[in-house]
Amino acid sequence: MAELEVRSLTHRYGAKHMPQVTAVKDVSLRVQAGELLGVIGHTGSGKSTLIQHFNGLLTPTSGEVLLDGENIFRDKQATRAARFRVGLCFQYPEYQLFEETVYKDIAFGPRNMQLPQDEIDRRVRRAAQFVELPDALLEKSPFDLSGGEKRRAAIAGVLAMEPEILVLDEPTAGLDPKGRETILSLVADYRRQTGSTVILVSHSMEDIARLATKALVMNRGEVALYGTVDEVFSQGERLVAMGLDVPAVTRIFLSLRERGLPVRTDVYTLEQGAAEYLRLFGKGARA
Amino acid sequence: MDKIIELKNVSFVYDTQEEQKPALRNVSLDVRRGEFLAVIGHNGSGKSTLAKLLNAILLPTEGQVLVEGMDTADEDLVYEIRRRVGMVFQNPDNQIVATIVEDDVAFGPENLGVPPAEIRQRVDDALRAVGMYEFRGAEPHKLSGGQKQRVAVAGVIAMRTDCIIFDESTAMIDPKGRREVLETAKRLCREMGITVVMITHFMEEAVQADRVVVLDSGRVAAEGVPSEVFADSALLRRTGLELPFAAKLAGKIRTAGVPLPDGLLTPDSVADALFAAAQEAEVI
Repeated sequence: MAELEVRSLTHRYGAKHMPQVTAVKDVSLRVQAGELLGVIGHTGSGKSTLIQHFNGLLTPTSGEVLLDGENIFRDKQATRAARFRVGLCFQYPEYQLFEETVYKDIAFGPRNMQLPQDEIDRRVRRAAQFVELPDALLEKSPFDLSGGEKRRAAIAGVLAMEPEILVLDEPTAGLDPKGRETILSLVADYRRQTGSTVILVSHSMEDIARLATKALVMNRGEVALYGTVDEVFSQGERLVAMGLDVPAVTRIFLSLRERGLPVRTDVYTLEQGAAEYLRLFGKGARA
Repeated sequence: MDKIIELKNVSFVYDTQEEQKPALRNVSLDVRRGEFLAVIGHNGSGKSTLAKLLNAILLPTEGQVLVEGMDTADEDLVYEIRRRVGMVFQNPDNQIVATIVEDDVAFGPENLGVPPAEIRQRVDDALRAVGMYEFRGAEPHKLSGGQKQRVAVAGVIAMRTDCIIFDESTAMIDPKGRREVLETAKRLCREMGITVVMITHFMEEAVQADRVVVLDSGRVAAEGVPSEVFADSALLRRTGLELPFAAKLAGKIRTAGVPLPDGLLTPDSVADALFAAAQEAEVI
């Protein structure tokens, strides 16, 4: 399994002699194999630009991306290899479905990898099964699927490449609570079963607090915070100062503290919140 | 009670080549003038179909939709109906037509044949109402998602509509943009008396409404004030909906024996109640 490292990565948009925008500025970080990294930041914080470097889709203005210590921009071959080892799933991936059938769409990635036919078939069926798309749907046009099915078909297309690092840019955007839960649990299952790294961009602090092992907060193109979920969410006040959402539980405890209750503010899950409040009552045991 | 929109035994069936899919089944429902109504339900529950029936984008297969007493099925009235009920869609990039913000807002009133001097006034008023006046000369594609949606809202209110339908208008934008759109909708409702129908996946938005309608499999599964609807845990489970996190926290603490009032749904109300309970018990 792959370790991902980013070294002093800077990305500027805009042509020469034109006003340029620095979308990502001197970012360095290391993501160990098997982590589930949650990426947080405003629209325009640089998070989408950053993750598009991880599989070589964007080339940095300066800096490096290393997979197991090898710079993926060293030559064309290295970049091509990275594209298969790091699977990138964009926002609203269902807009990119284009083949005649769902089967062909999911097979697109493995076919590009020039795998043998039976291996392609095995992967398509496995990926479809993973995202709970029944076989009957595989021969349908992707455009006949429901919104939630389209989203899952698009994610299956990335899973079929069996990436060692799976990068998802807001995979639950626009879905209802049940749809969100389905996608998140299948992503967690993929990580558990394959030991792959998952990098999840999300606006939902609750989801990141619940699922991630590490969290990265981007602000104005730079790394604002990077650490374990505990470390990052214990900085609730800083997150609020950056105009970011904090988990509802954290918000409640920040407010209680402001009014003078002697509570900790580094709580972000329901369990932690309930326990911390009940501690005031000396009810730790009864909770 | 003054009804602005009335649905009477409305059914709607999507007629595709392969199958007939019923999206709404015998729905009867009123939208009250001046209220903030949230419509929730999982994907496929029929809520977007409902939204599109409210201003004659879709017509009922059976039953009647009346907007201020006008039947949406009457072609001659469509124009009048759309003047009263405007819609803001899901995708901020699909509903802006002009290259400058104020031109976009003027598009609706121009189509209504409003005289130019009045258009100017309406556009300025509308942009102020959504807090986008300072961006009137901006290019829409340079705005954030929340700002684009607010421009779309301005375009609707520049037509002097009585009612605005938000058809999952916050689904595709980030939390900051979502808050901006929700606050704008609340203000238009409270301060200008505009009726708001908010179709949404976000329970945090629904709990701030005056009234909530829950759709499930094309039927009205429940309706009432948020504190009633969200108190029904069996209903939430059955319809695939979730309590907001703040409410779950209050529930956990209540179960552990701290007396908290019922109907706590928002972080603010939960914080207030937790503080009051701590004071009451003299733990500080």
